[in-house]
Amino acid sequence: METLERLLLGHPFFTDLDPAIGRILVGCARNLRFAPGEFLFRENEPANEFFLVREGNVALELHVPGRPPLVIGTLGAGEIVGASWLVPPYRWNFDARAVAATRAFGIDAACLRDKCEADHHLGYEMMKRLLPVMVGRMQAARQQLLDVYGHPGT
Amino acid sequence: MPEPRTQPSVLLGARVLLPRPALQDLIDALAACGFEVIGPRARDGAIVYDRLRRIEELPAGWTDRQDGGTYGLERRSDAALFGYAVGPHSWKQFLHPPQERLWRARRREDGFAIEPEPAPPSRLAFIGVRACELHAIAIQDRVFMGGAHKDTGYEARRRGAFVVAVNCGTAGGTCFCASMETGPRAEAGFDLALTELIGGTRHDFLMEAGSEAGAALLAGLPTRPAGAADIAAAEAVVARTAASMGRTMDTVGLKSLLQDHPEHPRWDEVASRCLACANCTMVCPTCFCTTVTDHTDLAGQEAERVRHWDSCFTADFSYIHGGSVRSSTKSRYRQWMTHKLAHWIDQFGTSGCVGCGRCITWCPVGIDITAEAAAIRADPAAHGTKRGTSHGNP
Amino acid sequence: MNASVAPDPMLPQPWRVQAVRRETADVVSLDLVPLAGAPMPFKPGQFNMLYAFGIGEVPVSLSGDPADASRFVHTVRAVGAVSGAIAAATPGTVLGLRGPFGSAWPVAAAAGHDILIIAGGLGLAPLRPAIYHVLANSERFGRIAVLYGSRGPAELLFHDELARWRGRLDMEVEITVDHADPSWHGRVGVVPGLIDKVAFDPKNTVALVCGPEVMIRFTVAGLRAAGVADDHVHVSMERNMKCAVGLCGHCQFGPDFVCKDGAVLAYDRIAARLAAREI
Repeated sequence: METLERLLLGHPFFTDLDPAIGRILVGCARNLRFAPGEFLFRENEPANEFFLVREGNVALELHVPGRPPLVIGTLGAGEIVGASWLVPPYRWNFDARAVAATRAFGIDAACLRDKCEADHHLGYEMMKRLLPVMVGRMQAARQQLLDVYGHPGT
Repeated sequence: MPEPRTQPSVLLGARVLLPRPALQDLIDALAACGFEVIGPRARDGAIVYDRLRRIEELPAGWTDRQDGGTYGLERRSDAALFGYAVGPHSWKQFLHPPQERLWRARRREDGFAIEPEPAPPSRLAFIGVRACELHAIAIQDRVFMGGAHKDTGYEARRRGAFVVAVNCGTAGGTCFCASMETGPRAEAGFDLALTELIGGTRHDFLMEAGSEAGAALLAGLPTRPAGAADIAAAEAVVARTAASMGRTMDTVGLKSLLQDHPEHPRWDEVASRCLACANCTMVCPTCFCTTVTDHTDLAGQEAERVRHWDSCFTADFSYIHGGSVRSSTKSRYRQWMTHKLAHWIDQFGTSGCVGCGRCITWCPVGIDITAEAAAIRADPAAHGTKRGTSHGNP
Repeated sequence: MNASVAPDPMLPQPWRVQAVRRETADVVSLDLVPLAGAPMPFKPGQFNMLYAFGIGEVPVSLSGDPADASRFVHTVRAVGAVSGAIAAATPGTVLGLRGPFGSAWPVAAAAGHDILIIAGGLGLAPLRPAIYHVLANSERFGRIAVLYGSRGPAELLFHDELARWRGRLDMEVEITVDHADPSWHGRVGVVPGLIDKVAFDPKNTVALVCGPEVMIRFTVAGLRAAGVADDHVHVSMERNMKCAVGLCGHCQFGPDFVCKDGAVLAYDRIAARLAAREI
């Protein structure tokens, strides 16, 4: 437990986190390994876990009938995977597939939501860490939409 | 420059009188030196610059009435030869022609060969160059000859040119050279300068040599010494002109005023009037922008590149694959005016405006560069409507 | 300088295409040698005007090794009539060439610093001479990183070199694409997202950035967020060019002529202009 707490708080997402909050969070966390090709989650499944990648590489994919899946982003060591666990109806919007052997922490979503609800200090701390990542992803997605390298006029 | 035929007896800067009929001798002397002489003529309702052989071709007794979007020739009460301000033409069209072939290419066994355009055949002499136009030529000298890469065609034409300046006896309604410090007196950049002295039975030109070549030419003309009264009369002509400018431009801090306010609401306002017709850039004596077109013959054996005047008011001007950088009229007017009055100083160490007023006169809707500058100066901190306004009460 | 330098900068000189390498579906690299004389030296970041007989002329940056005096290498994307004709050249084709023109990546001034070379799309071509220079003189630099993004895996330039660079111990290479299918095992995402994937000291880093203007803006925002000062960031601008020597007026960007003051410009010099519209 002590080791998991130390490792969890060592993840960049939790940089400078109040150790007291860390002790609360670790109760919801577990260590995970994914082989290449293995899914962390798939579209429309219940979003019941929040992932923090320790090493490896995870592709977010959108399944399109009749053609190969579209990779909309890749996430690696130090990054977090998944936001759907935060907002009802708590179902994944994409597939997340390990591209390489991947190690991650999983934090049980219901457990984490309950703790945020019960302790708004903890909840606000989580919000301050999650929101910049989400805004950054949204901005990156907008840049991808621009297709800046595409043929002009097409 | 003409070869001195005699030892100059007229000293550089000294003043002598040339009677009106002897102006023909000046033209003839220039022609004899091999110059193609160009001067003002009244034609198609305007003073234009064209080939000049006889002083009878000069616009005797004509003056011009100018205001925003307005130009017309009127009769003077005298027979002054240079009694107008400036017309739609400037000397730019001779030194920096509106259209010019840069080179020709011919296919060969091993690819193709480029043949440069031959040097211009004749040397040009300009008669009737105003002080603002001397400054405009000096500005284009910096543009085309002042950098690491020179425009060889311009340089050849410019080096060969002989300039006879005229001190202005009349300010046009859109003139503002006095505030740009570019006139109305010709201070430098001429071979000869003349001031027209007319009144009663008198019709002479007070001549001043600005170069050795000018002094040499003057030495061969039937001049007589000028007296203190003649010199005073000429000074009075210029002083009267300076005091009767149709417009003024406040240049203090103008560069940063424009460069620091690219989002001033006045740009939107002027864009609502501007037709983006490019007239201002065509008549401007300093606007230098060009584009090139490449052509081939039908057999594809010969090709050429032709350069034409271009204007920052066209959509194509700023085109990069996909679209124009400056798609709005607002951005094009802002580019033109900010370049002219501000960026030019960074680029060439001088304003690009000489206060000749052509852009005001020849604008079909009478947009006035001095008024636009004044409007931004009046309220530099003005905001556009885009940022919203807060109201004290809900 | 040598005999092949034309006295008139407006006169193209004939150069022969010696070799053509297809980089992507619509991008080729051409090796050019002069019909007379030898290539002139060039600095990383400079460009030439390339002329297709009777069709027209476009600016194309030099993409070869500045230490290789035997030829000019240009990487061209077929986007219009002129670039299409140039990209369709075959060995033996003669093109007109004027140049080299323009400013250079400040590789000498960057010595002693960590160096981030950040490219988007075709922007890797004008940066490749800088990469060659930096790698040939790697002992003069701190950490060296190349960050590169393209639309998709098929649009990545210089595959073999990217692979070679990735194998070097004295540099980091991070590549991303905007879109991919699962056969691509690399990163998917935008170029600014690569900045925190490599090691550098933001207080002692020089960044060279080239790509579409939008990519440049977002990348510089990422560099600022990482703590790199604006005056240590250099970008290559693109504007309409006709003469390449500051005489035609087309490429003006505020007080600068992109052809002679740029194309490489220090970001602190142009930040306000990049933020304004339609300058």
